[in-house]
Parts: sequence; structure tokens; C-alpha cells
Amino acid sequence: MTMIFGVPMAVFMGQLTLGLVNGAFYALLSLGLAVIFGLLKIVNFAHGAQYMLGAFAALLGFRYLGINYWLALLLVPLVVGAFGVLLERFLLRRIAHLDHLYGLLLTFGLALIFEGTLVNFFGVSGARYATPEILQGGLNLGFMFLPTYRAWVLVAALAMCLFTWFMIERTRLGAYLRAGTENSQLMQAFGVNVPLLITLTYGFGVGLAAFAGVLAAPLYPVSPTMGSSLLIVVFAVVVIGGMGSILGAIITGLSMGIIEGLTKVYYPEASNTVIFLVMILVLMLRPVGLFGKEA
Amino acid sequence: MNIAEAEVPIENTQSLEMLRVQDLHAFYGESHILHGVNFDVKRGELVTLLGRNGAGRSTTLKSIMNMVGRRTGSIVINGNETLYMKPHHIPRLGVGYCPEERGIFASLDVHENLLLPPTVRSGGMSLDEIYAMFPNLYERRRSQGTRLSGGEQQMLAMARILRTGARMLLLDEITEGLAPVIVQKLAEVLVQLKGRGMTIVLVEQNFRFAAPLADRHFVMDHGQIVEEISAAQLPSRREHLNSMLGV
Repeated sequence: MTMIFGVPMAVFMGQLTLGLVNGAFYALLSLGLAVIFGLLKIVNFAHGAQYMLGAFAALLGFRYLGINYWLALLLVPLVVGAFGVLLERFLLRRIAHLDHLYGLLLTFGLALIFEGTLVNFFGVSGARYATPEILQGGLNLGFMFLPTYRAWVLVAALAMCLFTWFMIERTRLGAYLRAGTENSQLMQAFGVNVPLLITLTYGFGVGLAAFAGVLAAPLYPVSPTMGSSLLIVVFAVVVIGGMGSILGAIITGLSMGIIEGLTKVYYPEASNTVIFLVMILVLMLRPVGLFGKEA
Repeated sequence: MNIAEAEVPIENTQSLEMLRVQDLHAFYGESHILHGVNFDVKRGELVTLLGRNGAGRSTTLKSIMNMVGRRTGSIVINGNETLYMKPHHIPRLGVGYCPEERGIFASLDVHENLLLPPTVRSGGMSLDEIYAMFPNLYERRRSQGTRLSGGEQQMLAMARILRTGARMLLLDEITEGLAPVIVQKLAEVLVQLKGRGMTIVLVEQNFRFAAPLADRHFVMDHGQIVEEISAAQLPSRREHLNSMLGV
């Protein structure tokens, strides 16, 4: 059997794929966090809960309304995103003029409410969401076995990341968003409806989290707490990548997933902490993050 | 929902008056900055707001754009009372604002900066016309906005509100810190804009720049207009003015 640095090729490639898939989730979630932080200047602590709501909406939609996976992938981000729009419009906007710490506290409280409510009804053990039939099984690539669903998650997440990058970096609406991130008051003075832009941006970020949640539903147990454990790692990823760049968030997310995956191969004991070690290192050497811009 | 919807307000073509500010008070939190500002600007006129630093000139422009904390009094633009309008509705009355700090966006290149402000009405200058007026900007259109020199940034800040179809320009300290040759260029631009029938309110520290361009000067002190001087009165009032402005 082919060995890579003393590890069987299949094991190595398996962990690499696993890492890439995790990295794709980090990328999707940190992207949403960065977009929201850019314009609203709040750290969206409800992001993990919103990801969880995406997975739950897919699960319950299937269970009670017969909505299949593909439809859920389309509908759930829209529905949860619309819910985000309401949160911004009726809660976050009221405290927008206060210190940004209040936004952090409010979203943290919301996350606790969402999680607590669902724990009350569904418990914490987690439910299984069936992988759509066409994505079951796997591909034998010769040197490794690649589960079809994981390959699909990677493709879908990357496509969504690229779509987001295109929207922000290459469209007029994206130019409004970038400019609003720098100086929203001047954008108002140009006639841009900044409050509406803020509402839509929050809705979009929440929709991204929900999209990640639907993608995750067949992979991980769907449980009310699935988001909070992931969010801590995603925050570390955001700190490592820095807030400045969309592409940076994507690249950092993927590479942190890979680093985590490879640590599992070579030194499993550190696999849960390696991202935080990288974070400490980055904070020491480049406090604005790898892709962050100096203020 | 359109983020940059262009509404065409009711145009009062009969009126010669583009802007009338009456008893305007403005507040930032607890501090009371403007204490009853009164002035008016006719269509096609170029007026200046002169005064020492802190006299309230920039705040007057910001108040017109609804960018300060609280305002009372009356601000009528083109026949529309704007005191209770949302900030993003005011530009759609045909107002272009160029802030003192220029407000060039670092995350956008020159071309994107130029295209950023939404069109507020028809009849704005075309990109070709703008690039003809500012050839430097055309050469540097792919540069990051904040990589430009101070003079180029100032031209960009002016140029981007000319595209929008604004008929009244509020320009805050556009010559500040710029080389004489650039200041000269800006003076030429203002003359051209005036020739196109634009109404211009100029907040200016550089009196030598403003004097030959303006129809009227308003002198501000302690948040009020303390004196109005027409272009014709200017030669006889020059010394008095210099002493007031402390130059």
C-alpha cells in the first residue's frame, strides 16, 4: 500500500477530504460572519444557531411537509434569511446606535433562546437526516474511496462561496456593500438606502448560515447544539483570516479544515486545539489576521 | 425594493430659489452647533460660506444633508421642505455632497468610486465628459481609490457627484492642502459647472480661490451667518473681511 509520511495513502486522503469538507463549512460560516460584521459592525453570535435552524428547517420540512433535500436547499436559506431580516428590522436596528457590544449580547441571547426552545422539544441527542438517494454511496478513485455526498458538499459550498465573492466584488450591489462597510453615512448622502442595505445584508448572511445548515444535515446529527460547538471554531477562523477580505475568509476556512484534518492523522490529540494554536500564532505575528487590512 | 431608487420629486421650475435655510439649529448630542442660520441660494448661483474653523460652515452643509444628530428650523430645497426627510431622500432632490475628508472608498477602484453614487436625476454628465474634464482619473481608473494623490482624490470626489445629475453641489473645503496648480484646475472646473447652470455652495478657507468665483459670500461665526457680501461689494469690504476671518 502506498504510504505518505508513514501513513497509508487511503487514510491520509480520507482525512484530507474530511478536513476539506469541514473547511468548506468554516468558509461558508466565516464568510457570513465577515459580511455581517463589515456592514453592521456586530459579531453575530446567533450565527451558529442560524446554521442549526437551517438544518432543523430541512429536517422538519421533510418530516412534516415532505419537502425534499433539493427543495430545502433552495427554500430553507430563503425562509431562515427572511427570519434574519425580521430580526434585524425589529431587534438589531433598535440597538444599532448603541455600543456594538449590545449587538453581541443580543445575538448571543437570541442563540440561547433558539437552542433552548428546540432542546425543549427535540432534546439534544440529534436526529438523522437521510442523504438524498442520488448522493448516496461513493466513488472509488483507485487511491481512495470518496463518499459522494462529501464531494457534493465541497462543490456546493465552494460554488456558494464563489457566488458570494462575485456578488460582493463584481456587482453594483456589492460595491454599495463594500462602500457602506467603509462609510455608511456618506452612502446615505449619495442617496443609497443604507438601512435597507443593512437589513438585506443581515438576511443574506443568515441565509448563508442556513444554506450551510442544510448541507450539514445529512452529514452530522441534527441537534439544537450543533451550531454552538462549530461557531467557536469559526470565530477562530475569522480571527486567523482577518475581516478584510472575502477571498481570505474562503481560503482560511478551507486551509484550517485541512490543517485540522491532517492533525487528526499525525497527532490526533491536538486535532481539537490546532486551530486555536494557529490563532494564537497569527495574533502574535500579524494581529489583523492573514488577509486583514491594517487600519 | 430598489436600494437606489431614483424618485423624481415635484420640480418647482417657477422658483428662482434653489435653497432656503431659515432659523436652522443643529445639535451633536448635547452640543448646540448652529444657532439660527439663515441664508438662501438662487438657481445657478455660486455662494461661499466663509469663517474661521469651528464657525459652523461644515455643520451647515451636513445639516442640509441630514447628517447631524438633530436639526430644527427649515431647509427648503427646490421648493421641498426637507427637515423631516430621511437622509437618503435628500440627494434625490438633486443635491450632490462632497465631504471635507473627500470620502474616497479604499475598497473600490477609481472607476467604481466614480460609478458608486446612484443617479438621482437625468441630465448628469456622462462618463466620457467626466473623463474629458479629469483626464488624470481616466489614466488611473483601475487604481485603488485611496492610492491617488490628494489632488486626484479631490477631483474624484467632485467627479463622482457630477455623474448623478445633481443640480446643486455642496462642496466642503475642496482646495484644502492642495498644490496651487490643482487649485487652479478646480477653479476652472467650478467655472465650467457654473456655466452648465449648477448651483454651488462652497465652504472655503482659501479666500483668494473663492473670491473671483462667487456671486455672494456668507460669513459665519459662532453658528450663525453674521454678514452677507455680494461680489460687487467685495473690493471695498476686503480688509474688513480679512480681519474677520483672521487671515
